[in-house]
Amino acid sequence: MNFPILSSLILLPTIGALFILFTKSSSGKYQSAKYVSLFISLANFLLSIYLWYIFDKNSVDFQFVENREWLSGFINYKVGIDGISILFIILTTFITPICIISVNATITNRLKDFLIAILIMETFMIGVFCSLDLVVFYLFFEAGLIPMFLIIGIWGGERRVYSAFKFFLYTLLGSVLMLVAIISIYWITGTTDVEKLYELGIKAEYQNLLWLAFFSSFAVKTPMWPVHTWLPDAHVEAPTVGSVLLAAILLKMAGYGFIRFSIGLFPIASENFTMLVYILSLIAIIYTSLVALMQEDMKKLIAYSSVAHMGFVTLGIFTMTQQGIEGSIFQMISHGLVSAALFLSVGVVYERHHTRLINKYGGLVSIMPRYAIVFMVFTLGALGLPGTTGFIGEFLILMGAFEKNILVAMIASLGVILGAAYMLWLFKRVVFGEMNNQELKSMKDLKTFEIITLSALVVPILFFGFYPEPLMNSIETSVENTLNMYNFDLINNLAAKD
Amino acid sequence: MENFQYILPEIFISVSIMIFLLVGVFKKNSATLIYNLSNISLVILLALIINLSSLDTIYLFNESYLIDNLSNYMKIILVGSGIFVMLTGSKYIQVINLNKIEYPILILSSILGMMIMISSNDLIVFYMGLELQSLALYVLASFNRDNLLSTESGLKYFVLSALSSGLLLYGCSLTYGFSESTNFDQILINSTEFNYGTTFGIVFILVGLAFKISAVPFHMWAPDVYQGSPTSVTLFFAILPKIAALSVFIKFLYTPFANMNDQWQTIIVFISIASMIFGAVAAIGQKNLKRLIAYSSISHMGYALAGLATVSNQGIQSSITYISIYLVMNLAFFSCLFMLKRNDKYYENIDDLSGLSKKHPILSFSLLIVLFSLAGIPPLAGFFAKFYVFLAVVEQSMYFLAIVGLLATVVAAFYYLRIIKIIYFDPEKDGYETSHNFGLKITLAISTIFILAYFIYPSGITEIVSKITMI
Repeated sequence: MNFPILSSLILLPTIGALFILFTKSSSGKYQSAKYVSLFISLANFLLSIYLWYIFDKNSVDFQFVENREWLSGFINYKVGIDGISILFIILTTFITPICIISVNATITNRLKDFLIAILIMETFMIGVFCSLDLVVFYLFFEAGLIPMFLIIGIWGGERRVYSAFKFFLYTLLGSVLMLVAIISIYWITGTTDVEKLYELGIKAEYQNLLWLAFFSSFAVKTPMWPVHTWLPDAHVEAPTVGSVLLAAILLKMAGYGFIRFSIGLFPIASENFTMLVYILSLIAIIYTSLVALMQEDMKKLIAYSSVAHMGFVTLGIFTMTQQGIEGSIFQMISHGLVSAALFLSVGVVYERHHTRLINKYGGLVSIMPRYAIVFMVFTLGALGLPGTTGFIGEFLILMGAFEKNILVAMIASLGVILGAAYMLWLFKRVVFGEMNNQELKSMKDLKTFEIITLSALVVPILFFGFYPEPLMNSIETSVENTLNMYNFDLINNLAAKD
Repeated sequence: MENFQYILPEIFISVSIMIFLLVGVFKKNSATLIYNLSNISLVILLALIINLSSLDTIYLFNESYLIDNLSNYMKIILVGSGIFVMLTGSKYIQVINLNKIEYPILILSSILGMMIMISSNDLIVFYMGLELQSLALYVLASFNRDNLLSTESGLKYFVLSALSSGLLLYGCSLTYGFSESTNFDQILINSTEFNYGTTFGIVFILVGLAFKISAVPFHMWAPDVYQGSPTSVTLFFAILPKIAALSVFIKFLYTPFANMNDQWQTIIVFISIASMIFGAVAAIGQKNLKRLIAYSSISHMGYALAGLATVSNQGIQSSITYISIYLVMNLAFFSCLFMLKRNDKYYENIDDLSGLSKKHPILSFSLLIVLFSLAGIPPLAGFFAKFYVFLAVVEQSMYFLAIVGLLATVVAAFYYLRIIKIIYFDPEKDGYETSHNFGLKITLAISTIFILAYFIYPSGITEIVSKITMI
């Protein structure tokens, strides 16, 4: 067996967390803890880039597979990646160091514990995207609740307890049904190994119920309307870094789960329930966009816009077209970058002015010109202007949707307009306009570390917006393979019926 | 005479009890000595049992006593947790002035009774063991005799337990009457045909056993007794009688009544679902940690029984795994409870935990791990316990039981989260003492590491337990 590169990726942050546990604080500043965590997360990022480099983009198989006996006789610890998962892993390892740099500003108490929580979180998130066994996947998927609960609850805002509980219980309630489904799959097919399940297939008669059980978990996590209400609460109360992790990576677990498990394992049921997903996605796109228009809290507005964007993602996935799924993956990556950037931007002004209410701001362009520029890039990224990553994702999704159902595509296109409306309006109210509030005058422009983190996010948003080829290249074969298997199963099923 | 070598552990512990009694009578101020000696004798007892455990199934004394994989494993975890219970409680009973010679002796006799229960293969032997453990438990519950709550709990436990023993005995006599034997294997052979007498016998016996394991609807004693007893006794109550009662459950269901599973399966499913739901819901409003853990243990017993309801080896093994992990979690939880001491006073209300994490990060972290594990969140040990049970339950297509059970875990998660919230999110209060005795610290360390690191090698317990087959 080769060097277990994926396990190292998963374990490295935890090892870093153990190191931090033993660091000492000099006059309450935790410098060494910060450096250790930054070093570890950057090392992990470089490792994942190296992984992307040696990754064979033209292979349909899972690569770097590690298969170890774990629960004797039942379940193996199995990890491996394909072109889809590698992008999410890089997104995770890219966002984590940015979070750690931004910790400086936002977290004042118990910094050490916070860094440990973030690193443990990174382990679980990478684990989710690597796992090739349903039980291992569930383990990582659920384990992420623990650090996130603590991040919201300890370092959050005023209503943090309510939000933390809501986040935890909603997600747990959604996932317990998935656990029943996973166990049922084990007894129906005799394995929970994803690769084997792809080969074996699951009998059509079981698929609908199993699909619904998985859906209940992913729908909460995505989040889809009507179970999205935990997200605005969690986002508003979480500290900036917590919101970034939540929006950028945690929400993507569900989208990834839809592609990997819902479509991969239950193609017939996915076909049956396509309309349900379309309708829920459209409601999410239109309804939450309208709700976002009316928000007075910046974080809440971005949270609702996340729901709308994830609506596009679920819509794209269930078009079952090459463009739709590729667009969804692209949209997830793009949303991961853009929403992280937006939350950080809100964090920048919140840290200076200590309010998130939109009407307390105005005319920031005259005192914070640099901030106004980066914030504009992110706003345009969020509304999907050509030249940013947001455009490519939405465009491909809509292309896929037009191919399958014109009405759905037309309604979804309305969401693009609404998205432009609420994002531009937000930008106008915060950055342009009269500066009525005298206190704002004392606000300083971006500090060095903020320039570093925000420009680190500007670069990929613009770069992949103009040149999406590297990302597309990596997912193309895997998406094609997923769709081929999907169509193959559907045809087989039709043949079996005849 | 050759039978005696196989019951060496039981003989050893009986002799120890008698010697300790004599020492206690003739030597003044020997309480601490006897406490330590009892602990040493438990270690020797454990070694003796492990020494016997390599043997196959052995019937003793006219087939009324049975040593097999099940009884060996259960005795090992019973005595093992007994040692830790003694270790953690040693300082506690000194502080609250309960360091009397009777205390360790009562614990030892109760353990002896449980060992007899676990190994019994005959109704009369079983009843003897049951009463021996119960008598010791009555006294232990009211051991803090100057405390109103403690005496109340002892009396309550005595009255209710006597009632349940009566029902159990009635069930035994009905079973004997209709199957013409007290031997478990004979009962199995003689009760091939359906008759109402044996069915009633089963129901009464199950009621008695459900009482001992504190399953709904026979749980009423548990919260009061848990709260009233001295904490070290509560810990004892939370673990050891449950191990014994669960193994007797397995024994009854799968030896004498194995043919009548269509009669008892519904009962067990009902008891299991009721315990899971009731335990989860009732714990939400509790303010006292011991009372809360009583409700939590009710719901945990529901999960352990869910495994038994499946009528499969997989289910039995999952129940045994469940109770093994459950006892470690309880040991860890109570170790934390013993550490909430300030000026020779122990604190046991949830509010006393407020803001604990600021002054006691390690203790809080252990509690965090234990509580998430009790809630069944992966990757902690408690998740695997539930996972095994539901693996067995779904195998038998009992989806209703599985879904209700998992939904109950979500409700239960709420009150565990509430404690975590109080520890981590709430404003801090006065700190507690930081120096603790070695036994307490080592127990907490071992149990927390066990819970935390269980996922690295989860097949350890499974492999041992998989030797236990009843069907």
